[in-house]
Amino acid sequence: MKVHEFQAKEVLSRYGVTVPDNRVASTPEEAEAAAIELGGGTVVVKAQIHAGGRGKGGGVKVVSNPAEAKAAAEEMLGKPLITHQTGPEGQLVRIVIVEAGMSIASELYAGIVLDRAAEKPAFMASSEGGMEIEVVAENSPEKIIKHWFDTGSGLQPYQARDLAYAIGLEGKQASSAAKFFIQLAKAYVETDASLAEINPLVVTTDGEVMALDAKINFDDNALYRHPDIAEYHDPHEEDPLEVEAQKFDLNYIKLDGNIACMVNGAGLAMATMDLIKYAGGEPANFLDVGGAADVETVSNGFRILMSDENVKVVLINIFGGIVRCDRVALGVVEAMSNVQVDVPVVVRLEGTNAEQASQILNDSDFEFLVAADFKDAAEKAVAALGITPDGEGA
Amino acid sequence: MSILVNKDTRLLVQGITGGEGTFHTEQMLDYGTNVVAGVTPGKGGQAHLGVPVFNTVSEAVRETGANTSIIFVPPPFAADAVMESAAAGVALIVCITEGIPTRDMVQAKRKVIHTGSRLIGPNCPGVITPGEAKVGIMPGFVHRPGRVGIISRSGTLTYEAVGQLVAAGLGQSTAIGIGGDPIIGSTFTDLLELFAADDDTDAVILIGEIGGSAEQEAAAFIAEHFPKPVISFIAGQTAPPGRRMGHAGAIISGGGGSAAEKMDALREAGVTVCESPAIIGEMVVKALQ
Repeated sequence: MKVHEFQAKEVLSRYGVTVPDNRVASTPEEAEAAAIELGGGTVVVKAQIHAGGRGKGGGVKVVSNPAEAKAAAEEMLGKPLITHQTGPEGQLVRIVIVEAGMSIASELYAGIVLDRAAEKPAFMASSEGGMEIEVVAENSPEKIIKHWFDTGSGLQPYQARDLAYAIGLEGKQASSAAKFFIQLAKAYVETDASLAEINPLVVTTDGEVMALDAKINFDDNALYRHPDIAEYHDPHEEDPLEVEAQKFDLNYIKLDGNIACMVNGAGLAMATMDLIKYAGGEPANFLDVGGAADVETVSNGFRILMSDENVKVVLINIFGGIVRCDRVALGVVEAMSNVQVDVPVVVRLEGTNAEQASQILNDSDFEFLVAADFKDAAEKAVAALGITPDGEGA
Repeated sequence: MSILVNKDTRLLVQGITGGEGTFHTEQMLDYGTNVVAGVTPGKGGQAHLGVPVFNTVSEAVRETGANTSIIFVPPPFAADAVMESAAAGVALIVCITEGIPTRDMVQAKRKVIHTGSRLIGPNCPGVITPGEAKVGIMPGFVHRPGRVGIISRSGTLTYEAVGQLVAAGLGQSTAIGIGGDPIIGSTFTDLLELFAADDDTDAVILIGEIGGSAEQEAAAFIAEHFPKPVISFIAGQTAPPGRRMGHAGAIISGGGGSAAEKMDALREAGVTVCESPAIIGEMVVKALQ
C-alpha cells in the first residue's frame, strides 16, 4: 500500500527519524495559517499525491511568507497535478503540506528495499541525492553503497557508520546520519514496509540530518497487524473501478485497451493479456476472479468490466480446477441478465464441468462466441472488435 | 522416479480441520495420496476424514512417520506452521497459504535453511507426481503420468500448460507450483537441480512471470549445468510497471523484473522461449524431437 509523504513522515517521526516540522492543509486559508504557525518566514508548499516527480510537475513551491503560501496552495488544490508517473490526465490534489524551510548544505539518498535474491532487506545510501536512484544505479552504480541486514537484529551500528562515511559525511554529521539510518531500518522492519526511500536526505547548514522527502510502501499482507497504517489508505489515489473491485475481493487493474478479460488465477490472467496482445489486440484490464469464483464473484466482475467505457469485447477465460465451469457459466448468464451488455462476449471454459457449462451458455437467451481453446479465444476476441451488437458474427 | 513426491510420500496436513484443509484433504485422498496425519492445535486425539489428528507436528511425525507436510493455515499463523514442520524434521513442506507477510516468510525461510528441510511455496498450488501423489490443490484429473517436468510461479497457468501437454500426447513426471510471493522456499534453480538428476524427466517447462530475478538466475544455471531441453513462458509481457499483478511478487519495479529481460536471459541460455502462452505444448513436442 502506498501512502502520502506526510503520512510516511508521521510514521518516521514516531521512530525518532528527524523530519522537518510541517502542517497539513486542505484549503489555501489553512495553508496560510500553517505558514504563520511555522514562524511566518520561508516555507515549502508540497502537493500530496502518491505519484513521484511532484517537483518537476509544479507540485513543490518554496515561498517566503504566509500570503505566498496561501497563493501557492490555491494554485495546487483542486487541480490535477501531472507528473511522469501520473499519466497525461494527472492526479487531483486534495491536500498540501506546508513545511518549515531550511538551509541545505548537501542532498543525499537513503533507501531500503527487500532484496529478493538475498532474502533480506538491503540498505542503500548514496551521495547523489535528489536524483532518481534508478538513474544513479544505471549511470554510476559505484555511488550506491549497500548493506544487507537481518530483520531480527536490525541494521548494525558498524553498518550504519560505514554507510555514513561512504557517502562523504564526517564527524558529528556522520554519527547523526548513522543514528538516522538505524532508526529508519527499525521503522522499515517494525511497520512491515516493503520500500522506504528518503530522497533527498539532507544535511542542513546547521549540521542537522533530516528526511526532506519520504516515501514508504507497506506490505498489504501485513496491514492486519497495523490498523493505524491501514487507515492511511486513500481511495482517491486509485482508479474508481479498482476501488469498487476491492469491495468484492476482486483483483482488478484497469489498462488502456478495449478487450476486457475475466480469468481465474493471476498467472493465467497475465498470460491472457499477453495472448490478446499477441493476437493483435489490446487488453482493457487485468482481472483475476480467484480460486473460488462463484456466481456472485463472476457477476460482480462482469459488472466492473462493463463499467469501463473503452470496452468493445469481453473475453472470459477459465481453466476450471477447483473452480467449476458450470458455476462460472451461471454467473455469466446472471450478470448478463442484470447488466446491459452490448458488446460481443467470447467464452473459453476448460476443465471441471466444462460440458455442463457449454450447455448452460447454449440454453441461455444470450449469444456467446464459444472458443475451442486458449489461442482461439484470443483470436475470436480480436476478430470480434469489428462486430457490432446486432452483427452477423455471433 | 519423478521428484519430491511419490508413492512413498507420507503426508501430514496442517490445518486439516479447517474448510480448505478438509476440502483438499478429501481431494488428495481421492487421488490416492497417502495422508497419514493431520495437525490442528486443540483437536489432538480426534479423527477427521478417517485421518488421526494431533496437537503438534512433532507428535504427528513421531506417531505416524510423516515425511511431508502441506499447510492450509490462515496467513497470520502460516509462517509459524512452516517453522513447526521444519523443527520437527519434516523433509518436504508445501505451503499453500496466500497472503503471508513478507517479514514472517523471511524468518521462516531462515529456519528452513537451518534445519535442512525443503519448502515449496507459499502461495502456490503444490506438487503433483501424476498417478502417484498429489500434494496440493491442483485438479488431479487434468494430469497424466509422463516424462515432462514443470516448474511454475503460477497455478491455473500451469494447469493450462498441462492441458496443452496432454492434448499433445505428453504426460508429466512432476509438476511443481513454486508460488507467487517475493520470498519462496524453493526457486527454479533449486528444482532444476533435482530434475537434472531425474532419469524419468526428459524436458522441463519453466513458467515464470514479472518481478524479481529468479528467471535470470535460472538462465545462468541452465547455461552451465542443465543438459535437458527447457521450454519457457514468462507471463506479464503486457503488464504495466509499478503495479502488482495479483501475486504479491509479480511487480515490475524500478530495479527491473520485466518479462523482456527474463525472456532475453533465458534465450541466451539456450532455452526455447514461447512468446505466446498457447504454444507451450507444441514447443515441448518440437524440443523433444
